[in-house]
Amino acid sequence: MSPIVLAVFFPFVSALIVPILFKVLRRIHTGWFVLAVPVLLFGFFIRFYPIDGPEDIVVQSAAWIPRLDIEFAIVLDSLSLLFALLITGMGCLVVLYSIFYLSKEREALHNFYVYLLLFMGSMLGAVLSDHMLVLYTFWELTSISSFLLIAYWYQRRNSRYGALKSLLITMTGGFAMLLGMLMLRAATGTYSIRGTIALADTLAEHPLFVPAMALILLGAFAKSAQFPFHIWLPDAMEAPTPISAYLHSATMVKAGIYLVARLTPIFGGHPEWSWSIAIVGLLTLLWGSFTAIRQVDLKAMLAFSTVSQLGLIMSLLGVGSMALAPDAANGQAVLLSGAVAAALFHLVNHSIFKGCLFMVIGILDHELGTRDIRRLGGLAAVMPVSFTLTVIGAFSMAGLPPFGGFISKEMFFTGMLDAYRTLEGWTLLLPAVAWLASVLTFVYCMILVFRVFTGPKPEELPDKPPHEAAFGMLISPSVLAAAVVLLFFAPNVLSGTILKPSMRAILPQAAEAADGFHVHLAPWHGLTTEVGMTAGVVLAGAYLYRRRHWLERVRDFVPWRWTLNRLFDRTLAGMERISLKFTRFYMTGFTGHYYAYIFGFLILLAGGALLALEAWQFDFSDNAPVELYEYALGISIVASAVYMLFTRSRIASIIALSAIGYLVALLFIIFRAPDLALTQFVVETISTALFLLCFVFWPKLKDEDVRMPFRVTRLLVSVGTGAVVTLIGLAAIAPRPFESIARFFENSDELAGARNIVNAILVDFRGFDTMLEIVVLFMAGLGVYSLIRFGREGRKDG
Amino acid sequence: MEAFIIVIAGILVTIGVYMLLSKQLLRIILGTALLTHAAHLTLMAVGGLKKGAPPLLDEAATKYTDPIPQALILTSIVISFALTAFVLVLGYRAYVRIRFEDMQQLKGYEDE
Repeated sequence: MSPIVLAVFFPFVSALIVPILFKVLRRIHTGWFVLAVPVLLFGFFIRFYPIDGPEDIVVQSAAWIPRLDIEFAIVLDSLSLLFALLITGMGCLVVLYSIFYLSKEREALHNFYVYLLLFMGSMLGAVLSDHMLVLYTFWELTSISSFLLIAYWYQRRNSRYGALKSLLITMTGGFAMLLGMLMLRAATGTYSIRGTIALADTLAEHPLFVPAMALILLGAFAKSAQFPFHIWLPDAMEAPTPISAYLHSATMVKAGIYLVARLTPIFGGHPEWSWSIAIVGLLTLLWGSFTAIRQVDLKAMLAFSTVSQLGLIMSLLGVGSMALAPDAANGQAVLLSGAVAAALFHLVNHSIFKGCLFMVIGILDHELGTRDIRRLGGLAAVMPVSFTLTVIGAFSMAGLPPFGGFISKEMFFTGMLDAYRTLEGWTLLLPAVAWLASVLTFVYCMILVFRVFTGPKPEELPDKPPHEAAFGMLISPSVLAAAVVLLFFAPNVLSGTILKPSMRAILPQAAEAADGFHVHLAPWHGLTTEVGMTAGVVLAGAYLYRRRHWLERVRDFVPWRWTLNRLFDRTLAGMERISLKFTRFYMTGFTGHYYAYIFGFLILLAGGALLALEAWQFDFSDNAPVELYEYALGISIVASAVYMLFTRSRIASIIALSAIGYLVALLFIIFRAPDLALTQFVVETISTALFLLCFVFWPKLKDEDVRMPFRVTRLLVSVGTGAVVTLIGLAAIAPRPFESIARFFENSDELAGARNIVNAILVDFRGFDTMLEIVVLFMAGLGVYSLIRFGREGRKDG
Repeated sequence: MEAFIIVIAGILVTIGVYMLLSKQLLRIILGTALLTHAAHLTLMAVGGLKKGAPPLLDEAATKYTDPIPQALILTSIVISFALTAFVLVLGYRAYVRIRFEDMQQLKGYEDE
């Protein structure tokens, strides 16, 4: 086992110990022990920093199922390192925050930290895996642990609803992704992502290329809450706030973005890939920012803002992947690749400020007992630290200087403008939509700051008197806020060491062609169009914020029932209803119907095979001649059977049945089967006696002596079955292609000392059958006995 | 002869299936008995009929009827008899306990 593989499994192993620590050391908050895990992992991964060139990439693997070509293949390149550092770094802060957020007396902390560690390990595994099936395994583990964490307060109905919804959507996407990966494997013959990238040139002609692309994108979109799969994310806000901060803003929702970035070398450059990502991303951006304004719950607002920011990153990746288009000229590729740099930079930025904002909202919720915007106001003086942190986070999200978000917003505008500059035409829509969405983003950021912290005290006061949070709770958001400011003043800490090599991982072909990238991040880069756009965003946003009573009217213009949630709920309920209806339709509970299905399938399959294989070739040349009395016997059998159909009395049908039995015995005599005839006579006599015995005891029923009613379906099924059986029989009596083995048994006298061949077969040659047949008879006797005996006792009891 | 027997067996199958689809338990049991007869006749016919002496070595015959289908049918007769007896008693007990009029009343529970 190599060290990185061990690092991935470290959280899983630690998760085993957590419940023990929780039970044994009750006086210490379990979180303090758990904190060691992300801290150690962060320390482990930071040692690899920076991964500059291809020579620094770490490739390690451990065997898992070698015969199926499955192994824990791990590749630590710059992109993976970026995510690993995000996961472990945010993990440290979130665990620290949760120590102060969750009470050690009232909460089931062992569950919480086990799930959290499971999540951390699976997320690390997902971003480090090079093997697609291993990636898929960890991917689903993140879905499962997220499901468990959302439903952490499982007593609440909303938590269970949110958990189920997120599981259904992300699992469906994950399953699509698995299919896409298997298609890729079918096309390339390898599960390795690096191996597939190496074969990317020849892959495009494969017929499975586009389906695989579509399915993998489906998985990535569902995980990263892209339109229209974003609906699970707002409902996932029922999770404890540290979880919302960690999973649903910084890490898990970025798994889809990671996947898109990771597979861009395979699919990038194909317009289907680039445009579907760019368009879905922009749509998500616009819809998320518009919906965020409509929310009154702070967490729901942040959830929709996460949706919109994820859309922003996605759209940048889509635009950036166009740099790989084969017909893109060198200059174009360099221009477009700037979008990838923007995506990566904003990815880091967003994780930081969104984590900070979630933690602050958590503090408000924790200290005031409410997250409802209408019940909050004028808190700036009471909670100065929280206010400062919110200002930093929200202004960064709005894209204002002097915060990290400003730079990424400028780069975002640059990326979209570059797309327009290189492609022209209708792509002017890209920067236009980006600008509009930024205005809406600005508005909800302002609502978040000023509506909550300034202005008059609300009429409905919060549950608890407002006061500043505990010091410990403020550490993590403060660290994040400091990082937000740091990213503005020293953005190049990231650019050279991690952004550029990551871009090389995402756009390897373009990197070779363009002779490397020049990523230069600066807070101020002269008077450009982008600065003008930002100024426009501020002006328009401020105007809209001031006029938000008017905006509220616009938001009511889109009725609530148009939401996708309603569609989702309706679809789910409808599917249940339809399947119930379908089941009720054919599962009638009446045996006659089931018999009809069975015989119907017999007719279809056996009859169909008879037709399809042209098996009905009849050859009666070998038949024995029929004597007159044999005709008489056969016709009597048929007549008795037909009589059974038409008689009203049940005793008459029993007599007719025994007549058939005796006639069959007579036929056996003609067939030269003395033993059979003997047995048939005896058995028929006893059966008739049994039938009559039952007849005596069976109660008189009201429709007993009614003639069997005529039904067309019954007639069709029975005639069909009879016809199929007859045809098969007629085809089977053709002269035998092989000699029967019967001649062997004519040695019964020498071999078994028996002159009756049939009896010799029964007790000597094939005696085993006879033994089991005796067992059957014995069991039936026992069954009859116990039915009668214990049935009576049961009646006494009942 | 074989074709004639097969046709008779086919008619028995038709009538047996028609009775199986009925609502009265007794008719269902009678239907299975008809199907049993049909199966035995088919077995017999497929093995070939009247192709020699009865399979008893006492007779000075050169050719015997195929004994294997006979042994099979003998086994089958006994097993089907055991089943018929059991089903009859089961039906009888069910009538006594539940007093159902026809099979449609044996539908089990609503939320099954």
